[in-house]
Amino acid sequence: MVNGLLDRAGVDAVLNDLDEYAIEEALRIVEPLNEGLETPQHTITLISMGPDRATEALRKGLSMGADDAILISDPSLAGSDALATSKVLAEVIKSGGFDLVFCGTESTDARMSVIPAMLAERLGWAQLSFAGSVTVDPASSRVEIARMTDAGVETMSANFPAVVSVIEKINEPRYPSFKGIMAAKKKPIETKTVGDLGLSDVGLASAWSVVDDATARPPRAKGIKVEDAGDGGTKLVEFLAEKRLV
Amino acid sequence: MSSVLILVDYADGKVAKTAGELATLAKRVGSVSALLLCKAGESGPLIEQLKSAPIDSVIVGESDLFATHGIAALAEVTANVMSEKSPQALLISSSARGKEIAARVAVRTNSGLITDAIDFSNSMIATQSVFGGSFTVHSRVSHGTPIVTVRPSAVEAEAVTSSPSVENISISLSPTSQLTTITSVQPAVKGGRPELTEAKIVVSGGRGTNGDFAPIEAFADSLGGAVGASRAATDAGWYPHTHQVGQTGKTVSPQLYIACGISGAIQHRAGMQTSKTIVAINKDPEAPIFDLADFGVVGDLFAVVPQAQAAVAAKKQS
Repeated sequence: MVNGLLDRAGVDAVLNDLDEYAIEEALRIVEPLNEGLETPQHTITLISMGPDRATEALRKGLSMGADDAILISDPSLAGSDALATSKVLAEVIKSGGFDLVFCGTESTDARMSVIPAMLAERLGWAQLSFAGSVTVDPASSRVEIARMTDAGVETMSANFPAVVSVIEKINEPRYPSFKGIMAAKKKPIETKTVGDLGLSDVGLASAWSVVDDATARPPRAKGIKVEDAGDGGTKLVEFLAEKRLV
Repeated sequence: MSSVLILVDYADGKVAKTAGELATLAKRVGSVSALLLCKAGESGPLIEQLKSAPIDSVIVGESDLFATHGIAALAEVTANVMSEKSPQALLISSSARGKEIAARVAVRTNSGLITDAIDFSNSMIATQSVFGGSFTVHSRVSHGTPIVTVRPSAVEAEAVTSSPSVENISISLSPTSQLTTITSVQPAVKGGRPELTEAKIVVSGGRGTNGDFAPIEAFADSLGGAVGASRAATDAGWYPHTHQVGQTGKTVSPQLYIACGISGAIQHRAGMQTSKTIVAINKDPEAPIFDLADFGVVGDLFAVVPQAQAAVAAKKQS
């Protein structure tokens, strides 16, 4: 049995674009396996950590076709860094009996590309990250991906359970259908607190790193603008020479 | 004496230039130990190359298991070396792989992690440029041993001659570091041009190229620079997505960024506005890219760019 699971570690109330790719990929893997079955054997659970308003984002994922969702919402989680976020998510995943976790590679607002690796390490599961394609063989409980990064393409595989993160070009996420949107209204979203998970050392007060200061970058000084009167390219290179850039 | 551990990156038998950059930052804090994890029998020439960076000792772990099991294996050994040597900090290059190794080491050693730093001070304060370069953040790790990943080319590597001591360690892995098996590797085809995120000069093309990147590439080559593209250009299929500069693409911070036929939408600016000097060429005098540009030319890129390229060529001859 394949249980897909999605980590939506974002904090915005909009579904992180990159997580839609993860949901889409999970759906593409699970749907054919359920075909022809009266009751679906394979399910997808969305997991998210964020404020209550994150339920809107989870509804979108449910309207795409996921079965249910878990939202970890707790004021004490505000300011959680990646280490804390991964700790909370790992705790939820551990208790779910899942085979695969699908994540987006990073959130569009922050530097979350470390979460899949942290989850794999915390869970003691295989890490299959930056997947540009995923093949799952439920009969042998094996999953294979093509890891695509600047360094090149690596083919790698592992047995379940595994944490899979997907890159943007893996698929074209579907738009929720009207039927899907109506069905999503009835699908369950379970809300959990930090206390429910039995965790205490997360949140801003016990963060692993602290920000000393953050300053807005000063606006750039006004530059020079010239109309090209047949000598624009020459003038450009004169400027570069002045700056010792050529 | 306090020491800082750096993880050495390499490809095709060549040490990455990030090793020198990491060593230069580490040297500010204390002595520098370089951790070199590679295939059996591969370390010799790599150690030689490390002698042109400020490195005091090299810790060498040779094993074919790194190629088979990748990140989890590298992370376990790095974490074990951390526990044994108790360095002041661990510095790793901010590649996809480097960040994932750092992430796993942070979990294993229960240490704080700061990613994509552009600087690291002698008091171990990391500088980051966030939200597309609109904010500069100073932060430090408050728990465990600071683990910091540093963007390539963020600092100039100090060129020195060193004669580091060499220590060999034996490699053994726990079963959980061997769950993933790598069955084949196709390294990215490297063109003659520098890496986009590492280049000192980037020349980018956008909608204004109408799909013709020839003048952009020629200009980049005359400057020894990398080629970038706006999202409009990559979405149109005119240039590979791997070259996209912007919020959903690469973030670059070169000495010189030249935007050709790019209007300068927020999405693009987020990926390049921390460049030291920005030059823009665009037909539309109202294009927002001119708000960022130190030097702007209102004109047709197909006239301006080739002329500029010829001028650069002439300068080289003189």
